[in-house]
Amino acid sequence: MKKLFSSYEAFVLLAIVILSAIITSMNPNFLTLENFLDLLKSYSFVGILAIGVLIVLVSGGIDISFTATATIAMYVMAVVVNQYGGNMFIAFLIASVIGIILGMFNAIIVHFFKIHSIIATIATLNIYYGLLTVFSGGKWIYSLPTWFREFAQVRVFTLTNSTGGQYGLSIITVIWFAFLGLVWVLLRYTIIGRGVYALGGNSVSAERVGFNILRLQLFVYGFMGWIAGIAGVVLTLLVQSVAPNSIVGKELDVLAAVILGGASLMGGVGTLSGTILGVILIATMNNGMTLMRIPAFWYDVFIGLIIVISVSTSAYQNKKKQSKTIAIEVE
Amino acid sequence: MNRKLSDNLILLLVLIGIILLVGTLNGDQFFRIENIQTMAFQLPELGILSLAMMITMLTAGINLSIIASANLTSIIVALTLLHFMGPDMSEGGSVGIVILAIGAGLLVSIIIGFLNGFLIATLEVSPILATLGTMILLKGVSIVLTKGYVISGFPPLIRFIGNGEILGIPMPMIIFIVCAAVMALLLNRTRLGVNIYMLGSNATACHFSGIDNRKVLIKTYLISGIYAGIAAIIMMSRFNSAKADYGESYLLMTVLAAVLGGTSAMGGFGKVSGLVISLVILQVVSNGLNLLRVNNFMTIAIWGIILILVMIVNYLSKQNLIKKWKA
Repeated sequence: MKKLFSSYEAFVLLAIVILSAIITSMNPNFLTLENFLDLLKSYSFVGILAIGVLIVLVSGGIDISFTATATIAMYVMAVVVNQYGGNMFIAFLIASVIGIILGMFNAIIVHFFKIHSIIATIATLNIYYGLLTVFSGGKWIYSLPTWFREFAQVRVFTLTNSTGGQYGLSIITVIWFAFLGLVWVLLRYTIIGRGVYALGGNSVSAERVGFNILRLQLFVYGFMGWIAGIAGVVLTLLVQSVAPNSIVGKELDVLAAVILGGASLMGGVGTLSGTILGVILIATMNNGMTLMRIPAFWYDVFIGLIIVISVSTSAYQNKKKQSKTIAIEVE
Repeated sequence: MNRKLSDNLILLLVLIGIILLVGTLNGDQFFRIENIQTMAFQLPELGILSLAMMITMLTAGINLSIIASANLTSIIVALTLLHFMGPDMSEGGSVGIVILAIGAGLLVSIIIGFLNGFLIATLEVSPILATLGTMILLKGVSIVLTKGYVISGFPPLIRFIGNGEILGIPMPMIIFIVCAAVMALLLNRTRLGVNIYMLGSNATACHFSGIDNRKVLIKTYLISGIYAGIAAIIMMSRFNSAKADYGESYLLMTVLAAVLGGTSAMGGFGKVSGLVISLVILQVVSNGLNLLRVNNFMTIAIWGIILILVMIVNYLSKQNLIKKWKA
């Protein structure tokens, strides 16, 4: 772990650098601080969700109900603050509580009834999304309190570009970075974080070593729920409206970003730096296509190709590595 | 024989309970011939897609690309028709051209099946990752081919496949029955079928008993691709159009149907008969709720709840069995 990046992450980083070079040569606007800060802001929603998905993948599970959780959290949050007023703290608090409860429900059915996490969360995705759409009537919420609108405009520092427009580091990006920091410490320096890796590596050993599996599962899925709740508020800040159907169906896109970053579906593997790189790669792709005026309908082809190539190369490398290990064992 | 019965016993009980419930709540409408025919038209799309999903789950895999693959197949069929018949293809159309178009579509679905099989069997990419990648890629290709537009208005022969009847039995239902029967025969009566179950329960043991796991996996994803292709023809015929993002909500539903029917996500277990019962359950529930004018989204939520409940009952009955066995 002395190395800053594993070989796989270096590979993703290289892809980002090459891609950036190509985009910059076609359109110099890409490599400006303004575009960079804009990208960080608009990708904070995916970036935050990716953190939660990473933790679940590391624990050896999978969660695809998080889009529904995020939607419920932001919907209830918007309804409550519109009705009773409040402030940003209350908005985040409401979304967090809802997210954690819905996430822990996943943990409970996964843990007590030994239902495969992908099946359990497909079921809860349908339940959460179905119920939300029934109770909300599918209505969009456009009106949000003034303080909520103003908070989205807050910048940590503000700069002026050559044409006089203002830009800067958005508070929304700071929320993303804060969670990155929190999870980095959590995964690396806390017992519960190491427990998550242990659980994903081998759940039987983790239990024998003395980890409480139920508590770990509650933590992992609860954390995913919390992150989803926060991401819901962040999305509302970004788009300034709440639509019950805007993100459900996009869960595999977030999963793709995390997987591009090198997290394994077998559990026990995955780093925060890899996940960030995965999100940046997708962001660069998307932004670069816009700047290079490539029609948007090519987007899925490129992302699909990148995923197929990256998972194939890493699987192939793994296969070679494994055959080497076996040879040594035979000796 | 007893073992087989007990496998599906819970499901059959659930089915009977639900039919009784729907029958008492809205019997007059539910048991009408027209209504039963409507259900027979709706079930096959999801049914054939679920078969495509199920066979990969038997090998402890999954195929997330079935919907994207089906859409690409129907777009290829549509484009071939368009090429030979011009924009006003909704009239006429010779049998030859239609067969050629369907052939072209199925060829594409076979290629897709090979691609998935190659990634999973030869390069050893985990099935979720490989098919997630091909799913996005195939959808992308579909969008590029159609520029995101709908291609609509097909010749009568194509429309017949999804909307026609023979002796009062809907065409899609006939196709579904054939597909299910072929799948059941394949899984229960052929060497490949036995190998698929074996590979799913223990890949290492399977390998050491002299089976080429790679070949089995490639064939599995090939069959899955072909079934997605067949579903594509029915879908395009019923919608009378083809588009890059039709039926995306079916993806998770196929997993749900397979799991509800007793297919294990860990591989090795699952029967076509269980899947068929679970499809009928899902169809009766959604039809019954529809007759009661329940919101469609409520139906989605109820499907989720049924899935969890059946999984819990399965788990508890298995625990009971283990206890008895130990005693």
